[in-house]
Amino acid sequence: MKSISIIGAGPAGIEAASILAQQGIAVTLFEKSSSAMKNVADKTFLFPDFAAASDIVEAMNKKLLNSNITLHCDTEIVALEREGKTSWKLTDAKGMSYYSDLVLIATGYTPFDAHRKEELGYGIYNGVVTSLDMEKMIRYDKIVNSLGEKPRRVVFLQCVGSRDEKSGNHYCSKICCVTAVKQAIELKRCLPDTEAYVFYMDLRMWGQHFEELYRQAQQEYGIRFVRGRISEASGTFDGRVQIKAEDTLMGLPLRMTTDLLVLMVGMEASEGTRCLGKACGIGGEYGFVQSKDPHLNDTATDQEGIFVCGTCKRPMSINDSINDARSAAVTILQAIQ
Amino acid sequence: MKNFGFTISTGRSINLDEIREENISKLLEMVPSYKWCIGCGGCTATCSAGAFTNFNIRKIHNSFVRGQYQGLDKELQQCMLCGKCLLVCPRGVNTRSLIVNMRRILAGVEANTFKGKEVIQ
Ligand SMILES: Cc1cc2nc3c(=O)[nH]c(=O)nc-3n(C[C@H](O)[C@H](O)[C@H](O)COP(=O)(O)OP(=O)(O)OC[C@H]3O[C@@H](n4cnc5c(N)ncnc54)[C@H](O)[C@@H]3O)c2cc1C
Ligand code: SF4
Ligand code: SF4
Ligand code: SF4
Repeated sequence: MKSISIIGAGPAGIEAASILAQQGIAVTLFEKSSSAMKNVADKTFLFPDFAAASDIVEAMNKKLLNSNITLHCDTEIVALEREGKTSWKLTDAKGMSYYSDLVLIATGYTPFDAHRKEELGYGIYNGVVTSLDMEKMIRYDKIVNSLGEKPRRVVFLQCVGSRDEKSGNHYCSKICCVTAVKQAIELKRCLPDTEAYVFYMDLRMWGQHFEELYRQAQQEYGIRFVRGRISEASGTFDGRVQIKAEDTLMGLPLRMTTDLLVLMVGMEASEGTRCLGKACGIGGEYGFVQSKDPHLNDTATDQEGIFVCGTCKRPMSINDSINDARSAAVTILQAIQ
Repeated sequence: MKNFGFTISTGRSINLDEIREENISKLLEMVPSYKWCIGCGGCTATCSAGAFTNFNIRKIHNSFVRGQYQGLDKELQQCMLCGKCLLVCPRGVNTRSLIVNMRRILAGVEANTFKGKEVIQ
């Protein structure tokens, strides 16, 4: 029987482990954090249906309860190299080695660090927050401005760290357009009197129900959409944030003051993704890992015995990551037969 | 807001059959990075000249590639070539070179030295 290791216990890694385990195959799952599903547990309600993130975390954790799955938490895999002709050696941060015939990389993403866009003032002005900070405020039902008061106006800014030459990321992160619409709706549900604006370059409502959510935002919640990129944010004496943009549909520069500016951060390859992709020779664009073929073989790689799934390849939603993991499990089943 | 007396006057409609394609091709040849522009207005938002006048750099370059040249040359004189717009452009468009080269082409158009059918009114 061939041995299988899966690196990363996010939605993708867990789903693949669970499918293989149900087929009676033993898998070892490595997770660098103290628990699985960290990158979902930091959200509150999920697009497109406002499902509780905690329910999804719980459901995925339940899938781990299978005697064919051995989960090693607090185990960060830092090196991956060939061992002999057909096997791979995995080394963790503490220097422990593990050997495996097949390895599935599911090391996922990391949110873009908004400090890198200095002109937007994150970490400088308290009124500037990220979409992840906003998730927390929604969770505790405590959406407040820099003075701890109820905000009169909240502005969401798209494409922070994505589609941006200066951040080195040309790609679109896919999840942030709909997340802004989702969060603006959540804001209006919490605080109906607060004004909500979304500044966008393009609104990409690609998934099922996304466009409907956008319509709902306009129709039921009166959320306002302005086409223009905010180029700078600065603090005001009273703790608010002043932003500059062009209203490109009007052809006029636009200035406005807001209590909160929410930066919709994109998705970047996680450190594990970057490091392991490079280590085994499947490093692709922007630090993501590269599959063999985007159409016909999207979960195998050019390295025999190495498979990939989920957001370590590119930005994806949870359901796409899970579907991709199922597809990887099938590819692995075929490889061991 | 102070207005120095120049405004871009675009036509009442854009007829793409009538615009002079060579001007646009020439500009894209001189400033290849302009092909990446997505018209987000970041340049206009940050522009030093635009802060005091109704100078709008995004509108100017968009007008140019839609063949709406009238008044653009005078309007472009307000640009101080400070390069702030260059720093914010998410697509890495070389906006300063764009401005210099629009001026060059427009000077050719004005002096009638540019080959091709004249379209400016
Ligand atoms: C602001 C924001 C909001 C979002 N909201 C939604 C939403 O509402 N709905 C939705 O469908 N999607 C949403 N997403 C996307 C969602 O988070 C991802 O689709 C999903 O988490 C991807 O799953 P994954 O398993 O591919 O990667 P991840 O969830 O990133 O899991 C990867 C796992 O690998 C582990 N790991 C990394 N490196 C190593 C290593 N070297 N060794 C061991 N373990 C390692 C990590 O700790 C992590 O647990 C959102 C994303 C962002 C940024
Ligand atoms: S999904 Fe929307 S906000 Fe996110 S990078 Fe793409 S266009 Fe920008
Ligand atoms: S900032 Fe760049 S992409 Fe945006 S309108 Fe100006 S030149 Fe075009
Ligand atoms: S270079 Fe010209 S267009 Fe660009 S910011 Fe400076 S004044 Fe404005």
